[in-house]
Amino acid sequence: MSDVLEAAHVSRYFDVSKPWLQRVLTGGRRAVLRAVDDVSFAIPKATTLSLVGESGCGKSTVARLAVGLYEPTAGSIRFEGQPLSAARAQASLRRRMNMIFQDPYASLNPRWRVRDIVAEPLRAFKILNSPREITARVGELLTQVGLSPADGEKFPHEFSGGQRQRVSIARALSSTPDFLVCDEPTSALDVSVQAQILNLMRDLQQRLGLTYLFISHNLAVVRHMSDRLGVMYLGRIVEIGPGEDVFRTPRHPYTRLLLDAIPDLEMVGKPRTPVGGEVPSPLAPPPGCPFHPRCPLANDRCRVERPDYTVARDTLVACHAVEEGRS
Amino acid sequence: MALLDVRDLTVEFPTRRGLLRAIDNVSFSIETGEILGVVGESGAGKSLTGASIIGLLDPPGRIVGGQILLDGKRIDNLSPERMRAVRGKQIGAIFQDPLTTLDPLASIGSQLTETIQTHLRLSDREARERAIKWLEEVGIPGARARIDAYPHEFSGGMRQRVVIALALCAEPRLVVADEPTTALDVSIQAQIIELLKRLAREHGMSVMLITHDMGVIAETADRVAVMYAGRIVEIGPVMDVVRHPKHPYSEGLMGSIPSLEHRVERLRQIDGAMPRLNAIPVGCPYNPRCPKVFDRCRVERPNLLDAGATQSACWLYDKVPAHV
Repeated sequence: MSDVLEAAHVSRYFDVSKPWLQRVLTGGRRAVLRAVDDVSFAIPKATTLSLVGESGCGKSTVARLAVGLYEPTAGSIRFEGQPLSAARAQASLRRRMNMIFQDPYASLNPRWRVRDIVAEPLRAFKILNSPREITARVGELLTQVGLSPADGEKFPHEFSGGQRQRVSIARALSSTPDFLVCDEPTSALDVSVQAQILNLMRDLQQRLGLTYLFISHNLAVVRHMSDRLGVMYLGRIVEIGPGEDVFRTPRHPYTRLLLDAIPDLEMVGKPRTPVGGEVPSPLAPPPGCPFHPRCPLANDRCRVERPDYTVARDTLVACHAVEEGRS
Repeated sequence: MALLDVRDLTVEFPTRRGLLRAIDNVSFSIETGEILGVVGESGAGKSLTGASIIGLLDPPGRIVGGQILLDGKRIDNLSPERMRAVRGKQIGAIFQDPLTTLDPLASIGSQLTETIQTHLRLSDREARERAIKWLEEVGIPGARARIDAYPHEFSGGMRQRVVIALALCAEPRLVVADEPTTALDVSIQAQIIELLKRLAREHGMSVMLITHDMGVIAETADRVAVMYAGRIVEIGPVMDVVRHPKHPYSEGLMGSIPSLEHRVERLRQIDGAMPRLNAIPVGCPYNPRCPKVFDRCRVERPNLLDAGATQSACWLYDKVPAHV
């Protein structure tokens, strides 16, 4: 099966230094934030790759890199075999990728009617021209996401959060994309509404053969959605593999910590052992393996040498302990 | 006798289009040392219930009916001055966002000693020692050295620990915690939950834990109340409500949560959304979305009825047949 998106050794740094004059006066140094550091993955057609991690791990930066909103500092991203920057330059390829954002309150223009919001990509890419065709297509799209064509006359504030997210999905689908980047699409929604949106996204994937890059901090949601799963920590993917494998036999100590930490309905009355410490600042990541200050398996090698990937069945794990069989 | 007893609490908001009833006839109690979870989706009225108990209901919202009793004494009709003495000393509050709870311009030490000295007669030095003791208690490393630091010098998880210390330093008997872990990452969330549980146990405090996260409740609470459209629809021991929910809404809610343990093809979904406060349906508020709805649900409103181990506001559990 061909890969829709392929990222090879992608990094993205941000210069967060103080202004030049201030640096000269106070003797400050340049500060570079490594938001994404040497990340590689591929997403085969009609599958879902999910990336999970805590805040500041770089997962949203990867989402933005994947649709070309950021240029990578190093490495390359290819969309259907072509470099992403070249693909972005061609309208015919650009319309085949789209993005769904977290906050359905901020991502819809409050002064536009829903029919104009959904029709905008149709007009921008000149997919349809006659007003009659556009109206018909918008009605079809709204029906597809579980709204009614009459809802097109309303404004975003007349909808609940879940319905607004449906509008976002209708807009994302209007240019008939194959590849959707979903950045925390259900984090702002209540659980019963979240279930509606997740079910809708899976139905659409099966019906339209969509490919998803799904970003979330919620492991249970990710488990429900993904074919493959990547776990990020401080800008790196520490473990990536088939979703079921990663959940059944998590290998990286951080993946285990995450799975342990999540309160789950099955946990009623069970004691747990919370892991101490917090995510270090990405401005000053620890040397060696970035997870070593919190890792129960860390030894001297972990503190100096950055781990490479070890292959364990279909899963890649960046951990010295796994490589040495100490885990 | 229960430490906190809420009886028929009703809260209304006057608006231009008429009165909105945000909390409708809510009754529950919390025993000494018990953790009661209150769960529900946004707009269910869980935070307003908490705000009514700590006396911080935002105007124009007001309590129009019912009573709130702490240790057998009414606290819902106290003057603002007398309520201020109850708050902090007898009821502590923890909110979602630690940044807005803490004063950014005061060191955490001065915020803690101020709270301690408001409620307890202690000298400056004694209050400071007590503040350090509480910072150690909530797990802030190097408490003695960091007591004069400002809130922005702490990370999110550490700030929430400071907020917990602030809520507990006068040793209240009841703590109302409104989404205490929602703003935190999962690994930090686990630490904070563990901390709250330990402190409640060691100090014999009662906790009202308000959250939308059923997982947090499942792990922490002794009993749980499920709220929907301003009412409690089910209340009972946490194990029973999570494993064998009786009310169709709790059943739908539990089914819609994706599980870590096993993957299903489709999540159970509840169609539609919670009604707006100005359009709460007649009869049972859940009836338009309920898969088990029958005629009586559309006309008559159910109160909490015994349903095995829990109590459920659903006509399915009425043993006396309706005389229509």
